[in-house]
Amino acid sequence: MATNLVTITRRGFGETARTDLWWVTPLLTFLGFGAFIVYSTWAALQGVHYTYGPYLSPFYSPLIFEAQGQALSGHSWFGLWPAWMPNWLPLTPALLILWAPGGFRFTCYYYRGAYYKAFWADPPACAVGEPRHNYRGERRFPLILQNVHRYFLYVALIFIVILSYDAILATQFSDGFGIGVGTIVLTVNVILLAGYTFGCHSLRHLVGGGCDVMSDKPVRQGLWNWVSKLNRRHMLFAWMSLFWVGFSDFYVRMCSMGVITDYRIF
Amino acid sequence: MTQATFSIRRGGREGGELVDYETEVSEGMVVLDAVHQIQAESAPDLACRWNCKAGKCGSCSAEINGKPQLMCMTRLDTIDTTKPVTIEPMRAFPPIKDLISDVSWNYEVKKRIKKFKPRPPDAEDGTWRMQQSDIDRVQEFRKCIECYLCQDVCHVLRDHTKHDEFMGPRFLVYTAALEMHPLDTENRIDELKDEFGIGYCNITKCCTKVCPEHITITDNAIIPLKERVVDEHYDPLRKLVKIFRKK
Repeated sequence: MATNLVTITRRGFGETARTDLWWVTPLLTFLGFGAFIVYSTWAALQGVHYTYGPYLSPFYSPLIFEAQGQALSGHSWFGLWPAWMPNWLPLTPALLILWAPGGFRFTCYYYRGAYYKAFWADPPACAVGEPRHNYRGERRFPLILQNVHRYFLYVALIFIVILSYDAILATQFSDGFGIGVGTIVLTVNVILLAGYTFGCHSLRHLVGGGCDVMSDKPVRQGLWNWVSKLNRRHMLFAWMSLFWVGFSDFYVRMCSMGVITDYRIF
Repeated sequence: MTQATFSIRRGGREGGELVDYETEVSEGMVVLDAVHQIQAESAPDLACRWNCKAGKCGSCSAEINGKPQLMCMTRLDTIDTTKPVTIEPMRAFPPIKDLISDVSWNYEVKKRIKKFKPRPPDAEDGTWRMQQSDIDRVQEFRKCIECYLCQDVCHVLRDHTKHDEFMGPRFLVYTAALEMHPLDTENRIDELKDEFGIGYCNITKCCTKVCPEHITITDNAIIPLKERVVDEHYDPLRKLVKIFRKK
């Protein structure tokens, strides 16, 4: 695309003629993501207080094994922590599974745009100067790996099924069927996560976006319309589900530690 | 009527400086009105491109207080006129004079995109049949007025000057309109990946934010094209399925 371009004056980091508060959104994004990363990492490394009665923290679901030194809670798929697992690794059940939802969010189209701005300043905000001269975008390693997003989507869809099952299990108290505040917390969690996952750009492409003619494929057309509707609210669901999944873990943890009481509605 | 100060970029192809002009502003005025008033009152040689004054020709693109906007669609009551209002030409393109940038690079890029290639006609009279639902998606992209504000705000062009390797959001929208057209039979995916550098887009959505026609550039054009590139080049499972289907 060689042209008769003359040199364009490049602006320095943070340099802009914008007079509005352009730095507020990236700062809030940085604080929001930063807080979630710190809390979720801390919670995942604990390996305790991840269940309370019929509730299971979404950070630990699916619970493949109980954490090291923990008694059977009834949520574990394969029983106690296996003896063959290397002791020198700081592994917990959460660390065995969190790569999947973590990878799904990390490679998400919405999150990519948001954290490139907030964490890499690439750019810090629209029409604001950048700190670096070099730019490779998502054309080369490592960011070319973002193209793996659809594979994380496949796993994320399985997680929605598992978390839905957890929400149903959260109604099975020791004295029978019931609904507690925790049941509502875990149900809202799976609804928000489903809203986020089913509005995924890759899903939108896979259900029909890749076709130029959908009028002769009514199922795909219907699915595409439905995913497109959720996709328009993808950012909203991304933030709400991020906050709520952290809150769900916090709620279960606080109940398990005896800090708060889980009230039964009936 | 109140007095307002406008700091307008004056200069030719090199250098240039912001010059302050004072003029009276009143209710209902847009930035382009103020620029015309300044031309009439104190700067008759001030160069500014404009045509329709209705947000449909895409000529009066500029950066108003650092934001890429159409001058004719930016009302003064949406700007703080108690402080000097900065008006500069688009920064992603070389300046020619004052508020005018040289956008000719865009025309060269457009020429290089494979043209619309329809399938054979559906009827004997040489016409085609399409469902409205199939063309809805493409019609959004047809709203583009080629103001190039999306090109201007894109940091790949603006800050990294990748004009030789990246076609920019405007032409990703144009390519999406062709690629998703129900009659089109051409394949532009390889060029999108290699020649036109779609991988440079890191989805900041700045192009969507500045579009005066409110085209959802990133979500409806760029990301679907990125997904098509993944289909062809980065999805081993899909490749495997394709091989078995061929057999």
